[in-house]
Amino acid sequence: MKRIPTSFLLNSMMVMLFLYLPVVILIGMSFNASTMGIAWKGFTVQWYQKLVMDPSILDATLNSVFIACVSTGLALILGVGTAIGLEKNQGMQMPWVNMVMVLPLVIPEILLGVALLMVFVLCRIPLGFGTIIIGHMVFNLPLTVVIVRARLRKLDPAWEDAARDLGATPWNVLTRITLPMLRPAIWGAALLGFTVSLDDFVVTFFVAGPGSTTLPLKVFSMIKTGITPEINALSAVMVVVSMICVGLSWLFQQRSTVGSSESTLS
Amino acid sequence: MNNMKMVLRCLVLLPLAVIGGCSESSTSSDSNTSSRPTLYYFTWSDYVDPEVVAKFEAARGVRVVVDSFSSNEELLAKVQTGMTGYDVVVPSDFMAGIMGRLGLLAELELERIPNVRDLESHLQELPFDPTNRFSIPYFWGTVGIGYNADVVTEPPTSWEALWDPQFSGRISMLNDEREVFGLALRALGYSLNSVDPQAIQQAKHKLIVQKPLVKAYTSDQFDQLLVAGEVVLAHAWGGPVARAMRERPSIRYVIPQEGGTIWTDCLAVLASSPNQALAMDFINYLLDEEVALLTSKRLLFASANRHVRDRLPANIRDNHAVYPPGEVLPRMEWMEDVQEAIRYYDRAWTELKVQ
Amino acid sequence: MTTCLSTSSAFPVKLILLSAGIFLSLFFLVPLLLVFGVSLASRGMYGGIAWIATWENYQRLLDPLVGTIFLRSFLFAGLTTIVCVVVGFPLAYCMARASRQWQLLLLTLVMIPFWTNFLVRTYAWVLIFRADGILNTFLMRLGLLEEPLSLLFTDVSVFVGLVYGYLPFMVLPLVVAIERISPQLEEAAFDLYASMGAMFRHVLLPLSKPGFIAGGVLVFIPSLGAFITPYLLGGGQKMMLGTLIQQEFLVSRDWPFGSALSFGLMGTVLLLWFLLGRTSYGRNSS
Repeated sequence: MKRIPTSFLLNSMMVMLFLYLPVVILIGMSFNASTMGIAWKGFTVQWYQKLVMDPSILDATLNSVFIACVSTGLALILGVGTAIGLEKNQGMQMPWVNMVMVLPLVIPEILLGVALLMVFVLCRIPLGFGTIIIGHMVFNLPLTVVIVRARLRKLDPAWEDAARDLGATPWNVLTRITLPMLRPAIWGAALLGFTVSLDDFVVTFFVAGPGSTTLPLKVFSMIKTGITPEINALSAVMVVVSMICVGLSWLFQQRSTVGSSESTLS
Repeated sequence: MNNMKMVLRCLVLLPLAVIGGCSESSTSSDSNTSSRPTLYYFTWSDYVDPEVVAKFEAARGVRVVVDSFSSNEELLAKVQTGMTGYDVVVPSDFMAGIMGRLGLLAELELERIPNVRDLESHLQELPFDPTNRFSIPYFWGTVGIGYNADVVTEPPTSWEALWDPQFSGRISMLNDEREVFGLALRALGYSLNSVDPQAIQQAKHKLIVQKPLVKAYTSDQFDQLLVAGEVVLAHAWGGPVARAMRERPSIRYVIPQEGGTIWTDCLAVLASSPNQALAMDFINYLLDEEVALLTSKRLLFASANRHVRDRLPANIRDNHAVYPPGEVLPRMEWMEDVQEAIRYYDRAWTELKVQ
Repeated sequence: MTTCLSTSSAFPVKLILLSAGIFLSLFFLVPLLLVFGVSLASRGMYGGIAWIATWENYQRLLDPLVGTIFLRSFLFAGLTTIVCVVVGFPLAYCMARASRQWQLLLLTLVMIPFWTNFLVRTYAWVLIFRADGILNTFLMRLGLLEEPLSLLFTDVSVFVGLVYGYLPFMVLPLVVAIERISPQLEEAAFDLYASMGAMFRHVLLPLSKPGFIAGGVLVFIPSLGAFITPYLLGGGQKMMLGTLIQQEFLVSRDWPFGSALSFGLMGTVLLLWFLLGRTSYGRNSS
């Protein structure tokens, strides 16, 4: 076990606390009988009941999840391919290509939102799920490319050369050597992309159409009436569900690492 | 083995997408996939009332999709692009006038909306749309001062109360350019629709003097701040204050003697709407006495339908935050579009915020 | 690094590259050009766009009012980035040096709070900072305070909100960067009698530079254009760049000026990025 300074460990714990403090409060408040304010007015599960019966919030959540899945999935497919293509192809090593690739992440989101809206309006594309997915892909794609490329550069070309020498077709090299070695980066990109898409407000705000309300949009309009505790209940549910997913995937990982030999990350 | 992992990964995403897709089609905006016509209703987040909407859906066998916004400018910004797909919208008075002038609203067939005859007397023949050509008042109210009577023991009588150093750091103002400047202009004796750059500058200086005393400029959190005790004097719309009173009985509402804004949010149909007849039926439904009564009771807003007032329980009817006392009405002023002069307001507002 | 072209000649890769290129051109480059065009137009009577060419919008960028707002936003974003570095680096180090299973767990643990909605999470800070909020109640119960601290709607609350929102964007690139540094280098430093501090200063920090740059970019830029956090936690008190842009688009509806502002912001950011890139461009790009 490597030496980690205790101050670092302490700091890390404090940061984790800091990250989870609002979450804990949200969960706590979801059981508070008060509609406004902090004062504890008694324990209740009425907000969870209201949540289950409120179609608009659930619709918005499902919309968000759907859009996040599709845009992240598409961005992964396009992004991984692009990263590989850019990295391997000598002709694509120009600095301006890097620049353009990263640009969507660098410009202010509001500019992106407005720009997309203008294009959709001009081309008479109706606003809705499609436009939101496109909007999310515009920043998910570069995100994936950046993350995967960083990893790609560190890969030892010897593996691919060896596979080629052994007569593997380019397709085989790709699917059997390169992609598996990129696994952590692909997961990272998927995770980050999904999170960013789920949470996106600005771009979605500008390109959403009627009936395609996502959760952030729904919450924003609810702020006007004061965040009803239903949202707290929803947040609590989302946290618990995420934790269950994480727990499960961790268990799954434990099982799968027992059998196979894991390559080191660096 | 590694191929399998990749395939597994894809498979994980796909079912999620399918599940999402199934729910999406139930909320899909394509009316060809569902057999019922769909009406798109774009309204203030305060006015969303699922029960009322569900009743209409059941009665007419249609689907109503409700989206909400929180400011007039947001509404206009979304509608101006022309690609919205909304049918019924709810602009405030002067915004309805602007949208009408821009040709964004459809001409109403008043025969389909007989409830228009039930409008309160002071809501008839309003300057921005005297014949209800494209808009019909839905709810109305005032802008005044919400205050905590436990702390502010003397009820405020003037807008100057918001400049009282005694309550420094516990005052909130609306985050609305026209409302805030309107207040200052009225306090100085001008009209809140003034287009005089000098008057606007004076108002700006007065507001700059006030700024150190102001806790926050907020149009949607002042009710919570009043309840929390964070703020004891709030520049406020009546409705939220009425709701705050339920949480904290010491909260009161008053309209200063200089008078202020009287507003009405209007129902309108977008010119681009493909369901104009249905939209008008919906408007008529919302204005119906029974329906409006329900909504008023729940949301604590004054309905434009005059028959509702007498049927409300006394505690709502006599609540000044909901229904202002009659003697106050002549002092109130309707907000109007100031056309090019808005640029003076824009600039003064930005200068105020930068301080 | 690799001269092998065999992977790229796999047909799907070329196709994907082309599709990605088309996609980005259509839905990114073209919109940007459109916005640039709009920034040269004039505001319509009721907002929106009147297609009359003018440089006025860019001239307005030179207004001292705008300059003040730019400066304030830069300071805020800069401070946020610095604090994110200071707070995030130790965590990133721990995560990078953890065993594989722990790493995945920690990584996802860090991400979980960010699967709750951003607006709601940020709003929770309102509940924490309010006069009757968690923090004040806690401190007063402990007897450390007599009167509640007025923390809400101040620079502090906005600042904390920004740090909270963008911390993972600093931590994750740092983790990736630190991971790449072989622990053997650290061991070597210790073998050469370096103290912990010296090891960090001379070995770890310089080698983590790409991580700092990537993280810095991912935190600084969104903070610069942020408007939700100032909106929820700032009480509409201070005008920041993101707030101004949003106001121009949604309130004043001066789309040409808003576009010019956005381009001005983008231009400054690109300039900074270019300068940063010059100092460390090479194999490690962000």
